[in-house]
Amino acid sequence: MKPPPSNDLNRRDLLAGFGKFIILSGAARVALEAATTGVPPPDADKYKAAQHWWAMTIDVGRCIGCGNCVRACTKENGVPAGYFRTWVERYHVNDADLEHPVVESPNGGFDGFKPKQESAGKSFFVPKLCNHCVDSPCVQSCPVGATFESPDGVVLVDEKYCLGCRYCIQACPYGCRYLHPTKKTADKCSLCYHRITKGLTTACCEACPTGARQLANLKNPADPVHEFLRSNTVQVLKPHMATRPKVFYKDLDGAVR
Amino acid sequence: MKTLLREAGHLVRLATLGALLLILFLLVRRAVVPPSFGKYGHYRAASLEEIAARPASFAGREACEACHDDIATMKREARHARLGCEACHGALAAHAEDPSSNKATKPDTATLCVRCHEADSAKPKWFPQVVSSEHMGDVPCGSCHNPHKPKV
Amino acid sequence: MQGFMYPNEVELQWSILIVLYPYITGLVAGAFILASLARIFNIAAVRPIYRLSLLTALAFLLVAPLPLQLHLGHPERSFEMYLTPHRTSAMAMFGFVYLWYLLVVLLLEIWLDYRGDIVLAARSRRGPMKWIYSALTLGSYNIAPESRRIDDTVGWVVTLIGIPSAFLLHGYVGFIFGSVKANPWWSTPLMPVVFLFSAMVSGIAMVLLVYRVSMWLRRREPDTACLDTVARYLLYIFLIDFSLEMLDLVHRMYEASESFRTLDFMVHTKLFGSQVVLQIWLGTLLPIALLAVTQVIRLSVPARRRLYTAAAALTLVGIFAMRWNVVIGGQLFSKSFLGYTTYKMDFATREGLLPAIALMILPFAILWVLLKLLPPWREKAA
Repeated sequence: MKPPPSNDLNRRDLLAGFGKFIILSGAARVALEAATTGVPPPDADKYKAAQHWWAMTIDVGRCIGCGNCVRACTKENGVPAGYFRTWVERYHVNDADLEHPVVESPNGGFDGFKPKQESAGKSFFVPKLCNHCVDSPCVQSCPVGATFESPDGVVLVDEKYCLGCRYCIQACPYGCRYLHPTKKTADKCSLCYHRITKGLTTACCEACPTGARQLANLKNPADPVHEFLRSNTVQVLKPHMATRPKVFYKDLDGAVR
Repeated sequence: MKTLLREAGHLVRLATLGALLLILFLLVRRAVVPPSFGKYGHYRAASLEEIAARPASFAGREACEACHDDIATMKREARHARLGCEACHGALAAHAEDPSSNKATKPDTATLCVRCHEADSAKPKWFPQVVSSEHMGDVPCGSCHNPHKPKV
Repeated sequence: MQGFMYPNEVELQWSILIVLYPYITGLVAGAFILASLARIFNIAAVRPIYRLSLLTALAFLLVAPLPLQLHLGHPERSFEMYLTPHRTSAMAMFGFVYLWYLLVVLLLEIWLDYRGDIVLAARSRRGPMKWIYSALTLGSYNIAPESRRIDDTVGWVVTLIGIPSAFLLHGYVGFIFGSVKANPWWSTPLMPVVFLFSAMVSGIAMVLLVYRVSMWLRRREPDTACLDTVARYLLYIFLIDFSLEMLDLVHRMYEASESFRTLDFMVHTKLFGSQVVLQIWLGTLLPIALLAVTQVIRLSVPARRRLYTAAAALTLVGIFAMRWNVVIGGQLFSKSFLGYTTYKMDFATREGLLPAIALMILPFAILWVLLKLLPPWREKAA
């Protein structure tokens, strides 16, 4: 015969309650201190990954192909010559032949582009970078867990753990990865993780003279990305690959590969 | 049963060897796998901090405005308002950190401006662009245009 | 570079070493299938090459990880695949499939079959060889008939498990390529099946050649019934392999999806020599024709043997070409479908031709050692 449940405080409840009191009073003390002295509690400006879901918007109509982004990225991230974390492509689409755009990316656009005056068809620039896909095939393919998506949505490479098998480079549909020639590990755009976690923007967005590239935080309701996505014709690269990329292009032409 | 064990003694030894190797492997794994592995997902959580701790080369526009308020004010009302300072002046985090020891350089307008403003049919039509040889020949852009307030 | 490629695509990621790797694991699977024909399917005619097939499989399996190690940017970290395998990665799971096959299938089966000879050798030999054989006995010297009967039963079970394991071993390599959706040359559900059947073909051809060469070195006559049977199986499996490859081709041509034009152009230009000439004509159609001739026309034993040897040699070249065409071919075109690049193979660097050649010679050196250590043939007492 089970005894009826007791209404008295048992020892466990007492300890739990006491513990809560200690913790809450400690927190209360800190908050009170902050309120009265004007000094923010030590953790207030610490970056909280849970408040961020990083993405990027690119307005193709604003890209002038200056290559500033490529140069800035190279400088900021020590990208080796001949390899690209970001690059710019120049398209020329002849009206008669939509299937075969003429595309070039001399040294990734690092030195800009040789000026051309074409009479027929249309031409435009398209900047590209890692799309930090939500269903990233590169993360899926890594045999050891050296590439991963951070809790705030950035696909990163752990250069201390990567074996350099290059499977992730094969798995990326966008060609945004390469093997670092001296480190011998896979490398790619890190969305300037070291900058965005300190409240700065990425090097490419900082350097872009027309504001074509903009860093976006999808979790911030005040971020301009929401208006951007609502009011523009937006596309991602290779949607049929079902990788759920997070780089959103405004006015991306159908000829873009 | 006893007969079976006697006759299959070699298999028992083999199984024991196998079990020992497995235990050895599990012990090695416990010792060698990095401690932060698996904290947020199938990766070494410590690498997030390592990556975030890398130094920045570009200071960002706000850092420049702190000291160069006059230029910033002029630029804010001008055509180049959207440009970051470092878009033309290059990476200046070192300069922002210690201006006296790390001097910033003034870019040469003879070569800097055409990177953006040389006419190209792929550039958007609204963007100010000129065929430099026709526009000013060899004259550097800075002779007529103030980079911080470029409209003449 | 021709046309346009994404800037990071111009340099190939996977070199000739990664061509070698599926080639070598394929030989393993094929050799094992021959052994299982003898043991499980009781095809008595191939019994003479049962042990030889197992040792050949082992020699190649031991070399299989080496091209991978040479290729890795950080080979010292390769053990991470066993410590923290990423379960979504085909490559990670392969490490365990390899280990399973090496330890639980191949080494176990060889040990169980040879145990009698090992114990006898441990007792009769002297010097360092005695220690080697003694170690291999694991301290058990019981080779009474009952004990050997147990070995036989367990060995049979191991071989039975070995068949799907061999399929898994090489089918898996096919899956590593076939599951890459980013690459239309690789991405097809047929890839594991094509890899598997071409593996069987190459393995059978290799054992056939090894048998002929080893008999020739020992100045003995190879068993004709055995050769005839092996050649017949080679033909049957080759026909299946060829059908699968044609199915893949016809399917691509018929569906004509986005990548087709770029791949078609590539096959007709950059891959013409290795794919059309070497793989299809010389490496598949010709050996099939030669083998078919031996089935249709009654030839003398020496003539048949010559045709078998020629067919086997051509097969080995053809299957190597197939691996080349898959691995290298898959990296010669741009994922933008607008351009092509070339593979610049070095000679004496870590991923060059020289180490590749060395890695192809090494299994034969290991096989020679194995044949000395564990002779497949019981010499008749003098």
